[in-house]
Amino acid sequence: MHIKYTVKTAFRGLTINKMRSFLTLLGIVIGITAIILIMSLGQGAQNLILSQIQSMGPKVIAIAPGRQPQGITDMLSTFTDSLKEKDVAELQKKNNVPHLAEIMPIVFGSQTAVYENEAYRPTILGVTGLFTKIYNIYPSEGRIFTDEEVKGYADVVIVGSKVKDQLFGNDSALGQRIKIKGKNFRIIGIFPKTGQVSFLNFDDIAIIPYTTAQQYIFGIKYFNRIVVEADSEENVNRTVNDIKITLRNNHNISDSSKDDFFVETQAEALKMVSSITDIFTLFLAAIAAISLFVGGIGIMNIMLVSVTERTREIGLRKALGATGKNILIQFLLEAIMLTTMGGIIGIALGIFLSFIVSFILGHYLALVWQFSIPVLAIILGLGIATLIGLVFGIYPARKASRKSPMEALRYE
Amino acid sequence: MTAIIKAVKLEKTYRDEIETIALRGLDFSVEKGEFISIMGPSGSGKSTLLHILGFLDRLTGGDYLFEEKSMNDYSDEGLAQVRNEKMGFIFQAFNLLPRTSVLENVKLPLLYSDVKESLWDEMALKAIDSVGMSHRKDYEPAHLSGGEKQRIAIARALVNNPSVIFADEPTGNLDSKSGSQVMEILEKLHIEGHTIILVTHETYTAEYAHRLIKIKDGLIEVDQIVEQKHKHQNGFFK
Ligand SMILES: Nc1ncnc2c1ncn2[C@@H]1O[C@H](COP(=O)(O)OP(=O)(O)OP(=O)(O)O)[C@@H](O)[C@H]1O
Ligand SMILES: [Mg+2]
Repeated sequence: MHIKYTVKTAFRGLTINKMRSFLTLLGIVIGITAIILIMSLGQGAQNLILSQIQSMGPKVIAIAPGRQPQGITDMLSTFTDSLKEKDVAELQKKNNVPHLAEIMPIVFGSQTAVYENEAYRPTILGVTGLFTKIYNIYPSEGRIFTDEEVKGYADVVIVGSKVKDQLFGNDSALGQRIKIKGKNFRIIGIFPKTGQVSFLNFDDIAIIPYTTAQQYIFGIKYFNRIVVEADSEENVNRTVNDIKITLRNNHNISDSSKDDFFVETQAEALKMVSSITDIFTLFLAAIAAISLFVGGIGIMNIMLVSVTERTREIGLRKALGATGKNILIQFLLEAIMLTTMGGIIGIALGIFLSFIVSFILGHYLALVWQFSIPVLAIILGLGIATLIGLVFGIYPARKASRKSPMEALRYE
Repeated sequence: MTAIIKAVKLEKTYRDEIETIALRGLDFSVEKGEFISIMGPSGSGKSTLLHILGFLDRLTGGDYLFEEKSMNDYSDEGLAQVRNEKMGFIFQAFNLLPRTSVLENVKLPLLYSDVKESLWDEMALKAIDSVGMSHRKDYEPAHLSGGEKQRIAIARALVNNPSVIFADEPTGNLDSKSGSQVMEILEKLHIEGHTIILVTHETYTAEYAHRLIKIKDGLIEVDQIVEQKHKHQNGFFK
């Protein structure tokens, strides 16, 4: 039989029940959409993780108070006061942690900053001058604070680009004074627009000396984090061990399961991120698998109905000379065209949703997120859709092809 | 002359939940170019016989030779090919494809043939023209009268230029005027050399044939030459 007419015939079969054909497709559409999302967002997440490694550097080690969180909902476990000034002093000793190059305590929290009539609530970070080096971000105007300013509880602040925009608009901010928790701070630097780096939106921060932050803003004597940089990448693991031993000694802990702190390298932090994206991927993959299966069953069902409804047509075609094979191909092609159409709609929807997601991530969460649609995703989506049509269409098509012409013609 | 159709003790028993013996051993043969009408009471086995003669159903006893070759020697694909190339069918219920133009309907047998695609339109238009329906070639069946539908079905039956045309009560759903028109066309086809086997209830249509086979309870009751009342002079094709 001639290709053109075979396709035309199959297409006619589908258009007879347009609405029904379309509704049957939903499962396939959702499944293929999920596949496109997995592949497109997975690619985006991977790009993000890579850019994070590059921006923070693999030598950075973070120490957090509390025990290691058991998953993303367990972050509260880190809100304890176990990390103190004395820990920093001990870690700094060369015989305790020989490969420590830099160390910086961090305190953080949200506070409202006020300039004249404008108010904004950035993340306040209490740090030292090492902040710029460790996070590889430097003020585009002004400077970072000195060690003397940190020691002297200075009232100086460096603000992120969004904080500056919110409080000052287009006016110059450098040298101006803003109020944080009733205390005046002089702006000595402004960070360039940077976006999200490693859980932190750099446009949305205001950094001040940690001493000032502990004393006047948060009223605490502990740290929320201690960040350490090893002298080389090879020494990171050794340094992690040294840190653990030092802190255990310092906290009088003999059993490592009773640790009141945990140490995380940049690599581990990224592993955590990728484990979250893995869960997300698995979730979408499960949705894809289930809806494709359900969709496939739906296709089979609708094709069986169609075969029964068109018993007379099948009989007529056979009477006029169609062989079983002709009929089989006709109905199989119908099923495949149906699922392929679902695949195309799913791909379009997947691209659209993935674009929306990357727009939100990039715009509202300020992540350095790249929108990309891997060609492989489109090929895979179409391939799977076709395969579903083939697998779930073969049974109804065989049933159609086996009808005897006489029986089919007598059918009422 | 050799028989194009030869039935030898032809039997057909339907075996569903209950056994129905529809044909009990029929013997007859048909020469090329004959116009035969088959009559008989309802349930006597006329359609059953026509289906077997038209290769639409298998027999269960005896033998049936088409062009001197036994039906039992054909595979299902072989039967389909013979139906496509040498047989044409006209049904009481027209059986046109809905939402498909007259032209596409008539082309249908060509889809399954070896005929070159470039010839399809020309052949279909010629067939439509020969039943006087050229002015309706782009219509859909839903917009045709019963008689017009049956003429399209005839065009479809003869588009492949088959040697035998099988018609099962082609006028059964038509009034006598459109019925006569359909019969005029069949008669013209007969004159052109087609063998025609017609199952009918109505005497006036049977009279177009030159031979009458009467069936009763699955057996041939009468098989006789009749005088053709219509000597194709009364009008439709003049
Ligand atoms: N597919 C079938 N299964 C079982 N029995 C059948 C089948 N088709 C026909 N029969 C039986 O075979 C017998 C002959 O049927 P057939 O249709 O050949 O009669 P007919 O002469 O064409 O009748 P009518 O004039 O009413 O069309 C009937 O008793 C019918 O019930
Ligand atoms: Mg009948």
